Amino acid sequence: MTDAPILRVDGLGKAYGRRIACRDICFDLWPGEVLAVVGESGSGKTTLLNCLGGLIAADAGTVRYTRRGGGEIDLATAGEAERRAILRAEWGFVRQNPRDGLRFGVSAGANVGEPLMAIGSRHFGKIRSTASEWLEAVEIDAHRIDDLPSGFSGGMQQRLQIARNLVTHPSIVLMDEPTGGLDVSVQAKLLDLIRRLVRENGVSAIVVTHDLGVARLLADRMLVMKEGEVVESGLTDQLLDDPQAAYTQLLVSSVLTV
Amino acid sequence: MNDAAYNFGYLDEQTKRMIRRSILKAVAIPGYQVPFGSREMPLPYGWGTGGIQVTAAIIGIGDVLKVIDQGADDTTNAVSIRRFFSRMCGMATTEKTAEASIIQTRHRIPERPLSEGQILVYQVPIPEPLRWLEPRESETRKMHALREYGVMHVKLYEDIATKGKVATAYDYPVLVNGRYIMRPSPIPKFDTPKMHRNAALQLFGAGREKRIYAVPPHTDVVPLDFEDHPFAVETWDRPCALCGAGNTFLDEIVVNDRGGRLFVCSDTDYCNERQEAGHRGDGGAGLEAAE
Repeated sequence: MTDAPILRVDGLGKAYGRRIACRDICFDLWPGEVLAVVGESGSGKTTLLNCLGGLIAADAGTVRYTRRGGGEIDLATAGEAERRAILRAEWGFVRQNPRDGLRFGVSAGANVGEPLMAIGSRHFGKIRSTASEWLEAVEIDAHRIDDLPSGFSGGMQQRLQIARNLVTHPSIVLMDEPTGGLDVSVQAKLLDLIRRLVRENGVSAIVVTHDLGVARLLADRMLVMKEGEVVESGLTDQLLDDPQAAYTQLLVSSVLTV
Repeated sequence: MNDAAYNFGYLDEQTKRMIRRSILKAVAIPGYQVPFGSREMPLPYGWGTGGIQVTAAIIGIGDVLKVIDQGADDTTNAVSIRRFFSRMCGMATTEKTAEASIIQTRHRIPERPLSEGQILVYQVPIPEPLRWLEPRESETRKMHALREYGVMHVKLYEDIATKGKVATAYDYPVLVNGRYIMRPSPIPKFDTPKMHRNAALQLFGAGREKRIYAVPPHTDVVPLDFEDHPFAVETWDRPCALCGAGNTFLDEIVVNDRGGRLFVCSDTDYCNERQEAGHRGDGGAGLEAAE
């Protein structure tokens, strides 16, 4: 870890008409750190992530990102061309629904190869061998490289999405409920995989989840959101073991244990 | 003589002016799709409404028009569009590539190299090269504006991965002037290299989709490919059965009900000219013998 945050979010806000989705969100993300954003449905987690990922425009605030070559840029005010180029080359976005994050009309190999082609790779053999390596890395059999994602199980689709997002070695990966809709054993495997890949590749990640277990396993730090605002933030273990805010206490105490 | 009940070239002057303005913009930005107010034409969409409007906007009294459909001058579509302009403009038409000042085409570029001053007008069914991968028009425009073309290679990748080679045989995507990716209309990929630095002005009209785009003379037109799978055109293992040409695009023609077939030039004018000059093919003798 270096001594400067890779992403500094300050005063981020977004409203849909009169309904406020996010208000005055501030946090720093450090290189190699995994940050979990937790909260109930409708608390603004996904809006926050979509604002960061450039899917929707924020109304207020700054998102200052330190580029790979050095130099800081405010993504909230940067030109669209520059912002999209950065998001494409240096960021990844694992969507909640694999249908949003994958191309279902083309094979798994093309899905993993697309980000490479998008940043200028033009050698078929190299693209294919890189895609094949990444399929192995996310525990998908390499001989399924030419199969369509629609023939994959939910867990495989999600793993394929992760491969597609990590293939360009991004600095930051955004994940929106990466384990949503999967059964618990598949969830556990996927979490192991994400944890391993994030550590091995040294990427920073922001993981949005409503599952405190996921946060506990993956994250170094947590933000707890409620009604569009951050009610508490801190180290994951500290926050889960000794929640201060009333809402966090409620959240932690409502987890079912078996 | 032109029909006095209609304006010269069928379209009214305001419409022609609007189309010419779009053409000028298209020529100024090679490969960029310029929207225009496409009119109803007296033929159905898909039969060349875009091409016929472009031709109507640029045609003048001194022009000589040639119309080809699949390379042939004598097919229904070619004959009726030629007759349409001869009635609407009272101007000369021709079947000779060398004599024409405007060539409206569907599916082919003439074999004879075009010269400066000639205009090739393409009929385009779907102008958007990114349509296959991105259904939203708002998004494809943004992708063009920001040059986000990586996704175009996904289609080529998929072809090579599943079929061992690029299976796109017509309407092969090209990069124009190093900037815009363009669909060259459904010409065979055999013709794609002919667009590169062609001396003629190439205009593209899509009537239903309401787009005009252009490749000015001597402009770079480069087909997309991979470093290890370079672009290649179709080849045939025999020359034309009628004129013996070995470097042209051949059509397969079934000649009898015993499975007999001939491979002949799809460009009828080029084939006729060669035959008049004394060139002869084998008349399909080798093929008949093989049956």
